[in-house]
Amino acid sequence: MADLDQAPARAGTRRSTTALAALAAWWRPYRAVLTSRVRAQTSYRGSFALDLASSVLIGLVELAEIWVLYRSVDALGGLDLAAVLLVFGIADTAFSTADLFVGHVDTLPRYLRAGTLDVFYLRPQPLLAQLVTSEISLRRVTRIGVGLTALAVGLAVNDIAWSPLVVAFLVVVLLASTLTFAGLFVAAAGVQFFLVDASEMTNAVVYGGRYAATQPASVWGKPLVALFGFAVPIAFTAYLPVVALLGLPGAEWLPSWLGWLAPLAAVWTWAVALLAWRTGVRHYQGGGG
Amino acid sequence: MRLSPGPQRRGGVAGTPRAWLRVHGRLLASGFRRGAAYRGAALGGLVANVTFGFLKVSVLTAAVAAGGGELGGYDEAAIVAYAWLSQALLGSVNLFGRTDLADRIKDGSVAVDLLRPLDVQTATTAQEVGRALFQLLPRGLPIIVLGVLVGGMRLPTDPPTLALGLLSALLAVVLSYLLVYLVAASGFWTVETRGLQVLYMIVSGFLAGLFVPVTLFPSWLYALAVATPFPSLLQVPIDVISGRVDGAAALGAVGVQVAWVAAAFAVGHLMTRAGRRRLEVQGG
Repeated sequence: MADLDQAPARAGTRRSTTALAALAAWWRPYRAVLTSRVRAQTSYRGSFALDLASSVLIGLVELAEIWVLYRSVDALGGLDLAAVLLVFGIADTAFSTADLFVGHVDTLPRYLRAGTLDVFYLRPQPLLAQLVTSEISLRRVTRIGVGLTALAVGLAVNDIAWSPLVVAFLVVVLLASTLTFAGLFVAAAGVQFFLVDASEMTNAVVYGGRYAATQPASVWGKPLVALFGFAVPIAFTAYLPVVALLGLPGAEWLPSWLGWLAPLAAVWTWAVALLAWRTGVRHYQGGGG
Repeated sequence: MRLSPGPQRRGGVAGTPRAWLRVHGRLLASGFRRGAAYRGAALGGLVANVTFGFLKVSVLTAAVAAGGGELGGYDEAAIVAYAWLSQALLGSVNLFGRTDLADRIKDGSVAVDLLRPLDVQTATTAQEVGRALFQLLPRGLPIIVLGVLVGGMRLPTDPPTLALGLLSALLAVVLSYLLVYLVAASGFWTVETRGLQVLYMIVSGFLAGLFVPVTLFPSWLYALAVATPFPSLLQVPIDVISGRVDGAAALGAVGVQVAWVAAAFAVGHLMTRAGRRRLEVQGG
């Protein structure tokens, strides 16, 4: 079974076709699945509209939770409300974007329990690519909107010395953070092959990570710095880039210059993710079908 | 397939109050055992609750420190107790809005439940509460122990406070499942309830005080929160267990919980009655 997974996706493409046509042919089955998923999600109109509204509301509620705390204090962990808004904006935009494209891989335990994962093995496409493109969580679109709004406001209210370098830095940070979160989803999915029923254990890191990403990392104790500062480099997704950008002092063990290394965090996460995924797939024995 | 108002609640296995208690006691016990069957899931939940607990404690204690050692009536010990107790209850109080019933209504297998000589509302609630109470062992207790050992949390130990605290926690669990039943039962009309479930998840967590105590809210938001049953799910049991609210005030808070339980039960009862006439199972 496992070697089916490795079968190349070149069926139907000929050596003479251009690279673009080959890419289009490779992409066609994924596109067909994604289009059907989009239609499926929008078919229960009322529920879908409520989903979109809910996504906005989640973002607003998380902002409200921050605002309630900041009502009585001027700064938390060295960040004032304006700075933390920027942290929230970057973290939320990146996480929601990753969630939109990759987040549904956390349904893997359901496939494992029902034995339906084996169906994916029958198709001549890579397993991970199939899983990632098996769904697109459209309802996250509005959540990204909330993140981007917070980001825009955060950029406006903070005193930033704008330059092409700053713009490039922000683009790289958003890209790297999105990749870090996407890698986190994939790493968690890889571990699911071993956990199956204990899937919530990875939620500690994935959704705990999302929550941690919106916090000033300077309030963490040493165990949390070890976990979300380095092992799972959540501090690199928003907090560290923001303190680097605003020229604020970082935290103990997390100096602000680390903010420039956000792309390294993405690379590290994906190395762990692919290793976890590979180990998980090799561990998988099939659903007995 | 349309169901006529069936034999439900007339005679059947739950005719007398004693029989009713016996049957629902069994359902509660079966739910408890069902919870015990998924040890891995309980462990996974514990790890997630503990991780969130550490994150919550860090940010909330930092806020108390930034407020000069006091924030909205919470000192460091009180806020630590708040953070750990909320995490301990989280495994048992349903703030996610999901139940099996929602799926059963969507795929039509609820028709089988409706044919049984049992009330769907009380039967499913008994099972779910049984399952939730089991979660107190692997997810609730370890977090309380952790909070006391690592977090320096202090809890009152005098029997009346303890008993009232346990009662308050039990009422919170029951109330949460009665509320989630309302979410699921709306599926009699809408079939798909995912959107509503997510809405419940967001609103209930926020207004119950999952991340920030409701008492820290600005007055208008606090007024809005206490007009809903949600503070009765976390804020109230935490206040009663930790002894932040005591004496007559604690009794009053538990009384409010009882009132919400009665209200949620009544609405759910009416929805079940109306819904079973409305239900249409396709392909049955």
